[in-house]
Amino acid sequence: MGIDTMTISFVPLLAVLVSLLAVPLILFSSRRPNLREFWTFGAGIIKFGLVLSLLPGALAGKSVGIELLELAPGIRLALKADPFGVFFAMIASGLWIFTSFYSIGYMRGLGEHKQARYFSAFAVCLSATIGIAFSANLLTFILFYEILTIATYPLVIHKETPKAIRAGRKYLAYTLTAGLFLIAAAAVTWQITGSLDFAAGGIFKSHPMAPSTARILFFLFLGGVGVKASIMPLHSWLPTAMAAPTPVSALLHAVAVVKSGVFGVIRVVGFVFGPALMKEFGLGRILMVFAGFTIITASLLALKQDNLKRRLAYSTVGHLSYIVLGAGMLTSAALTGAMLHIAFHATMKITMFFVAGAIYVNLHKENISQLNGIGRVMPWSMGAFTVAAIGLSGLPPINGFISKWYLGMGSVQADTLIPLFILVASGLLNAAYFFPIVHRAFFRRPDGDELAGHGEASPFMVVPLCLTATLSLAVGIYPDLFFRFFRLASNVAGAILGGA
Amino acid sequence: MFDFIVGHYAYWFVFILMAIGLYGMIIKCNLVKKLIGMSIFQVSIILFYVAGANKWGATVPVADPALGTADPAKYINPLPHTLMLTAIVVGVATMGVALALVITIYKRYKSLDETRLLEQMRKEDDTE
Amino acid sequence: MILSNSPALVPLSLLLAAIVIPMAAFRRRWLAYPLALCASAFATGISVVNIIRVLTEGTIHYHFGGWIPPIGIEYVLDPLSSFVTLVVNAVSLMVLVHARRSVAAELPDKSMPFYAVVMLMLTGFNGIILTGDFFNLYVFLEISSLALYGMIAVGGRKSPIAAFRYLIMGTVGGSFYLLGVGFIYMTTGSLNMADVARIAPSLHQQPALVAALGLMITGLGIKMAIFPLHGWLPDAYTYAPSASSALIAPVGAKVGVYAIIRVIFYVFGVEFVRNSLPITEILAWLGAIAIIYGSIQAIAQKEMKRMLAYSSVAQIGYIGLGIGLANPYGIIGAVLHVMNHALMKACLFLVAGNYRLKLGHSTIPRLDHRVRRRMPWTTAAFTIGALSMVGVPPTVGFFSKWYLALGTIQNGRWLFLTALLVSSLLNAVYFFRILEKVYMKPLEGEAADDGSVSLDEAPASMLVPTLVLGIALLLLGLLNAVIVTGIISRIVPPGM
Repeated sequence: MGIDTMTISFVPLLAVLVSLLAVPLILFSSRRPNLREFWTFGAGIIKFGLVLSLLPGALAGKSVGIELLELAPGIRLALKADPFGVFFAMIASGLWIFTSFYSIGYMRGLGEHKQARYFSAFAVCLSATIGIAFSANLLTFILFYEILTIATYPLVIHKETPKAIRAGRKYLAYTLTAGLFLIAAAAVTWQITGSLDFAAGGIFKSHPMAPSTARILFFLFLGGVGVKASIMPLHSWLPTAMAAPTPVSALLHAVAVVKSGVFGVIRVVGFVFGPALMKEFGLGRILMVFAGFTIITASLLALKQDNLKRRLAYSTVGHLSYIVLGAGMLTSAALTGAMLHIAFHATMKITMFFVAGAIYVNLHKENISQLNGIGRVMPWSMGAFTVAAIGLSGLPPINGFISKWYLGMGSVQADTLIPLFILVASGLLNAAYFFPIVHRAFFRRPDGDELAGHGEASPFMVVPLCLTATLSLAVGIYPDLFFRFFRLASNVAGAILGGA
Repeated sequence: MFDFIVGHYAYWFVFILMAIGLYGMIIKCNLVKKLIGMSIFQVSIILFYVAGANKWGATVPVADPALGTADPAKYINPLPHTLMLTAIVVGVATMGVALALVITIYKRYKSLDETRLLEQMRKEDDTE
Repeated sequence: MILSNSPALVPLSLLLAAIVIPMAAFRRRWLAYPLALCASAFATGISVVNIIRVLTEGTIHYHFGGWIPPIGIEYVLDPLSSFVTLVVNAVSLMVLVHARRSVAAELPDKSMPFYAVVMLMLTGFNGIILTGDFFNLYVFLEISSLALYGMIAVGGRKSPIAAFRYLIMGTVGGSFYLLGVGFIYMTTGSLNMADVARIAPSLHQQPALVAALGLMITGLGIKMAIFPLHGWLPDAYTYAPSASSALIAPVGAKVGVYAIIRVIFYVFGVEFVRNSLPITEILAWLGAIAIIYGSIQAIAQKEMKRMLAYSSVAQIGYIGLGIGLANPYGIIGAVLHVMNHALMKACLFLVAGNYRLKLGHSTIPRLDHRVRRRMPWTTAAFTIGALSMVGVPPTVGFFSKWYLALGTIQNGRWLFLTALLVSSLLNAVYFFRILEKVYMKPLEGEAADDGSVSLDEAPASMLVPTLVLGIALLLLGLLNAVIVTGIISRIVPPGM
């Protein structure tokens, strides 16, 4: 699947640029909130529409793209909307629309400052995310990856409290270092193969490598993508970044940034190294060890957190490693499950973060111990939360069950049952740290009268979270609903393993 | 060995001068002494070129009808001399600039000792 | 006539301006600046013509006065020299546009001599780059050095001391170089670079020739301010007036770099150098150390110009590393970084100049968010400059690091790769510290949104060059492949 065999199309480029073009519009209408938000929505809907238009082609296994200018001799800035890229782009752009809607309720509900900066930074982040999804080679990937890092910084430090600034510094320290690893890895890859183009089945096919070289290179790559993918011990920026406003945590740290990380992991595993090379040097096993450790440790750490967002953060760390685990297993069901989990975890986690934010805006409560009885006051929100909790614990009929099922099947296919045990254990731990929240909300009495007189949160917030929860349920029942997630994911898995 | 030293006595002299000049420039603290060292250093290099232009048994590079102009070995090489004219001018200009700087420094700081001046500079930095 | 004489016109036009300015502006002070600006613009234009000529006709040898080398002095226009002259002249032009207000504010009664001296400095730089004769290079080296001493000395109270120290070190450097030239003349009998390149291999590493190489590199190294010969740089850049720093910092050390590249790669050749002294190895190590040392020192600085000075030490280390690697990617990275660093540093020093004019200072602890509200465009240019120094794509800074990284990998020098990458992080520390200060509101005390800080940007003549340089950082980053394949790849000496 070389770049020359794909059809030229401007759609991927437009999809990336749409939100960038909205940025000056947002900045110039900073004094007129409704107009400003209109630009965000407009950009989001157009972006999603463009990505959706690429779906039929992606389902047929075709790629479209465009080669832009040469960035360095022999390497072009190139966009390619291959099936995997379209998959990720759909999730990111679709959920952005929800997040934008939700942001209105959140930011206005709290009277937050610097909203123009917020919305424009968001727009740039989404541009970068789509750019990451549609990158055709490592250098383009690095370009958008670094832009994403810089563009998320203003969002992390948005509140400008000392805590937020410290969180921002930590975030930058981790992500910039990761970027350097990625640059080093790309430079070595270029040196060995003379090509940086992503190819299903790996770039290294005709370039034999010594085992030590392969392992060092793999660790360089892992350092590069592992920070955003929150593989332990590179995860620690994520809980600290919860100092950001909740919509930022929701979209960026449950969908865009971290999913770019695991997207990168699968790109490295499937499109740079390739399953054959991974198996030859036991690199898949290394991945599985890191992932397994992360899943269990993160789940245990989540149990200890009283702050709701921090508990959700550790839960995210764990679930991201489901995806990494699936990538490490290198079987068709595992890869399918991993990719599905990118999508499904996104919808579930974003629901939870939306609920956390709604609780904060509505009742100014952040800690789980303060949440007694809120289910009576905010039934829709907590209902959605429950739906998501069921799904994240891997229970039907929510979509989380399906991705987990496939990951489990992948474990069987790979002739090793340890991942299966880890998945089961993690499911139990998930239940252990989510269901008590549900229980508190619905079955405990509130302390005193503090909840009296409060109702549900603003519809700007409740509608999106109900929609994402419903989506989780609907896709759980029929995974190919609307967007053919399932079909896409299994096609991509097949392409990787088939080494097209 | 003896031949080596005596035969190249000019160059040895030049290098000793160079060492003295460098010593003055680097080790001495007084600005004027540094300049003296600089002057010695530059002059030593000029002498180096001039010494290199010399030939055993040759005379000044003015055409002498008695010696004729066919054999260049009879006249010393004039090119390094002309190059050094330029170098002398450069040395003079540099010395002029350096002395102007020294005057300004003295007027402002009333001292020509490098250590004292640096201390003073750092102190002024911190109070700014 | 212009076309055939184009190599000579660059330094000559600047020299002419240097002579005319004192005469014309003696009575009419206001004439000095326009003359300087015209000369600089003319020189830049001719530099562009030169590059076009080189790309179409190949290397051009210009014989001064019709005298054939090696007896006569010649100017050589090849891809390297035409590229570096264009960078020097174009960046200086931008800075000169900015300098009018800055000089008027900081050196009101000295503007006429200042511009004359600037023209002398540019004459010197262009002469160094274009000449094909060793001694001619010395002459221009000293011309530019004297001009530099003068430009630095007119700053505030402490600048004469900084200038004096620079004078001492610079004279040592120039004299070492002269000594090296003496050795070359005595062993090869020629002062012409191409001629010496032809003769040198047959001399088989004569001690005198090797000594010449060592002395020349040391002397030029002092001018280049490679660690540990950088001692003159921080004080000189800090205490000089803003316009001087902005003119010197981007291009001053680069001519030393250019001369070293010429000597190592074109005159002696890598083989000769490797067989005689481990110069490339030492340069690479010193470069790597400079990178780390400069970055760490920069973090410790409180004043912006001093911070930028130490940052320059680190950036020169990059170039030194690239030269020391002595492989195609290393050379490409080094030469590209000559251009990139010139652009970045010029942009940043112009920002510092803007701040000094409007705020009265450029001390980092005293910057806060009011700076951004007052001077948003300047701060935006600073942000782009900072991102470029850190190496975020698609700014130019990323690409120098990319090529240098490839160069280190090609030679298998992992330690250098680590130094290169770690420096990005160190750069991030001291730049993001400033960005935090100007983009965030203070944490306690201030009222939430005091609209009392109104827009009070630097005047257009200062703002426009700053922004042009900032945009150039992005544009030239995206277009860097064009520059690399078009010009820089031709600079790699044959046989590498």
